[in-house]
Amino acid sequence: MSSQHHDPANVTNPEHAEHHIVGPKTYAIIFITLLTFTGITVAAAFVNLGILNPIVALAIASTKAVIVILFFMHVYYQSKLVKMTVAAGFFTFLILITMTLTDYISRAWGLW
Amino acid sequence: MDNTIVATHESHAEEHHHHASLPQHRHHFETEEQQREAGTFGMWLFLLTEIMFFGGLFFAYLLYRNWYNPAFVAASNQLSIPLGTVNTAVLITSGFFMALAVWAAEVRKKGMLVLMLVLTTVFGLGFLGVKYFEYKEKWEKHHIPGANFDISEFVNPPLNPKTGKPTEEPLAPDMAQKTQVFFSLYFAMTGMHALHMIIGIGLLFWYTARAQRGDFSSGYVAPIENFALYWHFVDIVWIFLFPLLYLINRHPV
Amino acid sequence: MSATSSTIVSLPDQKTATLPKKNYINAEDGLMSWLTTGDHKRIAMLYLISITFFFLIGGIFAGLIRLELLTPQPDLVASDTYNKLFSMHGIVMVFLFLVPSVPATVGNFLIPIMIGAKDLAFPKINLLSWYLYLAGAGFILAAMILGGVDTGWTFTTPFSTHFSNTHVVTAGLGVFIAGFSSIFTGLNFIVTIHRMRAPGMTWFRMPLFVWSNYAASILMVLGTPVLAITLVLVVLERTIHIGVFDPTLGGDPLLFQHLFWFYSHPAVYIMILPGMGVISEVMSTFSRKRVFGYTAVAFSSVAIALFGFFVWAHHMFIMGVSNYSALVFSLLTMLVAVPSAIKVFNWAFTMQKGSITFETPMLYALAFIGLFTIGGLTGVFLGSLGMDIHLTETYFIVAHFHYVMVGGMLMAFLGGVHFWWPKMVGRMYPESLSKLSAVITFVGFNLTFMPQFILGYLGMPRRYHSYPAEYQVMNVLSTAGATVLGIGFLLPLIYLAWSLKYGAIAGNNPWQATGLEWQIQSPPLTENFVETPIVTQEAYDYEWLAHKTEQEVTTVG
Repeated sequence: MSSQHHDPANVTNPEHAEHHIVGPKTYAIIFITLLTFTGITVAAAFVNLGILNPIVALAIASTKAVIVILFFMHVYYQSKLVKMTVAAGFFTFLILITMTLTDYISRAWGLW
Repeated sequence: MDNTIVATHESHAEEHHHHASLPQHRHHFETEEQQREAGTFGMWLFLLTEIMFFGGLFFAYLLYRNWYNPAFVAASNQLSIPLGTVNTAVLITSGFFMALAVWAAEVRKKGMLVLMLVLTTVFGLGFLGVKYFEYKEKWEKHHIPGANFDISEFVNPPLNPKTGKPTEEPLAPDMAQKTQVFFSLYFAMTGMHALHMIIGIGLLFWYTARAQRGDFSSGYVAPIENFALYWHFVDIVWIFLFPLLYLINRHPV
Repeated sequence: MSATSSTIVSLPDQKTATLPKKNYINAEDGLMSWLTTGDHKRIAMLYLISITFFFLIGGIFAGLIRLELLTPQPDLVASDTYNKLFSMHGIVMVFLFLVPSVPATVGNFLIPIMIGAKDLAFPKINLLSWYLYLAGAGFILAAMILGGVDTGWTFTTPFSTHFSNTHVVTAGLGVFIAGFSSIFTGLNFIVTIHRMRAPGMTWFRMPLFVWSNYAASILMVLGTPVLAITLVLVVLERTIHIGVFDPTLGGDPLLFQHLFWFYSHPAVYIMILPGMGVISEVMSTFSRKRVFGYTAVAFSSVAIALFGFFVWAHHMFIMGVSNYSALVFSLLTMLVAVPSAIKVFNWAFTMQKGSITFETPMLYALAFIGLFTIGGLTGVFLGSLGMDIHLTETYFIVAHFHYVMVGGMLMAFLGGVHFWWPKMVGRMYPESLSKLSAVITFVGFNLTFMPQFILGYLGMPRRYHSYPAEYQVMNVLSTAGATVLGIGFLLPLIYLAWSLKYGAIAGNNPWQATGLEWQIQSPPLTENFVETPIVTQEAYDYEWLAHKTEQEVTTVG
């Protein structure tokens, strides 16, 4: 009785993540995209969008971060475990931010 | 009584792709695939700690930018957009070269790998060089928080020679003092970032030397892969720092 | 020695038994082989020695505190000195003892074995963890020798950043470094548990001890870095006055507390979860029954870790947080009590209809259940906003956290050390003496800390070295209890050391327990298993064990 095949608990031969090599073409596309977004975010800073300015800036930065994570850091091609791990990290960061904000937002916000 | 665990299966079936064991195979791992996956997973967990580490600084920034918005706007406008944008592009480029380095290691092209690592290092050093000039400028303008901090430029902003109007909204003295909070966070966040870059560059020198020896062009790519994760993460931190520190409010009122 | 009806201990014939010829202890000789080892078992023993040393130091501080509090007057030490005593006691006990206690010792030793692996995923990082612990501890010792720190283990601003003229920076750096030790241990455990389980060892066949350490490891990895940045900011504020927590420069001292407690609340779960894991193992073994509701206990561990991130501001109710956020955090605190209660419930039901025997580890486990429940319930009182306003910063809090940390965690640690002692060193400790010691510890503990609940409720503030005369009787009882407790902690040091040379040979499975660790020799080989085990049985499968033992008796002879 060999337990080597079809045993999802057998992690000596994980059947996930057949190793995918990301090539220079993909990297080049991501590189150009990142530079473009950098230009956009600088340009957007000079336009008065009111309350949307910080939101647009963060949205662009987040998009850049996501494509770096997915493609430069290969997460798009990796196992569910790695994807969940990245998500867990950002989730905890968001908990820190939002729950601390529950205090500051309900007292003395913007007053100094 | 010795170990009573006895394998109840026949000596294990051949692995589907049998390849010669790499010299770096650590024997507490059953397969190299397992070792490589464990290494990547471990590096990601370390990066999670970095996210949370910088997270505290980002919260402090969020809080004080809202509490002292006028001071943050005025202080942010002291930073040079051309230098910041160039630096962002430089760091993204170094990340691009690092990604190509990983590819070169995976396809076993030693020369390409070494070249990419060198380019990554050069651009990384370029980034730090620009930051040095930016810090030097802050020193010269007495914008380093502490006893020598000079708020005069914020209370009496210089006039635009063409329109005769102040280039910035003048701040009341106590709000002008709050620009020190901005600069404290600026130096803390970019300083912490720069420290991570210096560590990364140190590692790059070491890895370039090992790559030149051929350590990473015969199938053992894990250190390059995992270092690339670290380098890209440092890049991501800057991707957020740049708009938050340099681009708070550049639009005409 | 055959099992009698009142004990399950089953040792090999002492006239012919010997320690196994080859094991991890004699695998290599010399101090350097220990100091440069990658073997998780050796590292576990190195940690055991180190944390015991720092436990003694923390205990000495406790003794001095209780001695001062014998009389209402501040007559033993000066006020500043007293502040340093409780601060050093807290720092040493929390960061140098409780946080690494179970994970770094029995966790390090057993987790790879329990899942059928040869070592942790990153043995060199494991060793680095120990050296970081020593470095951090060194800084903290240095702070102590140079004159101490008086900010409390909580380093509250602006006292720590502005007004204290003690060695805050040294101590802060020490805690910062020790934090990385914790992070790397947690990281190692997570990767190992995800990626190095033996064939057949599914998540739900793992011992619950592994689940608990996994949950604690997640907290270590995600929470500790926030403490790290907080301490960095305190050091920067103290040295170059950056002003991030200084109201005169525009900062908010409460920001420090938010960031500090974001780690320090999950930290208490880092401290208790591995202890709960020990209890699951001990309860099952000494009731000869599988843990009731395995899935519930496993998921509760993870739930405690998750919810633990959402409640930190309950340490800040009176510090100036808004009423609305205090309400939110109070409600969430009620929620976090639920998974702990589920676990206590399940342990109790594990005992129901089991064959219970009262060996020393079981005594510690039973003490845990009672004392942790008291501590936990008082935590719920403190989580309710209204009660907390009255009880916070009094001895009620001190009693609460000592019940969960000492009555809970330390009992679990002692129980775990006793339970796995035969596996780690190959010899049994003396049972009658250990039982006596457990009882002494239990009595001493309650005598020390039960009066403190009363004192707190009556209004005696914490961190004060003098108090109104009417509180003296309770304080005297508490100090008397501390003496008894001290004896209870010293005895194991003596008899465990004694057992290294003179203890009975334990054999593979003195407790007749399930679990992979009990199927290999005591002490284990360096590589743990001769061949990678194939796991087909569920956790706590006593029928499998009985069948296997039968097979061995008839086939090996």
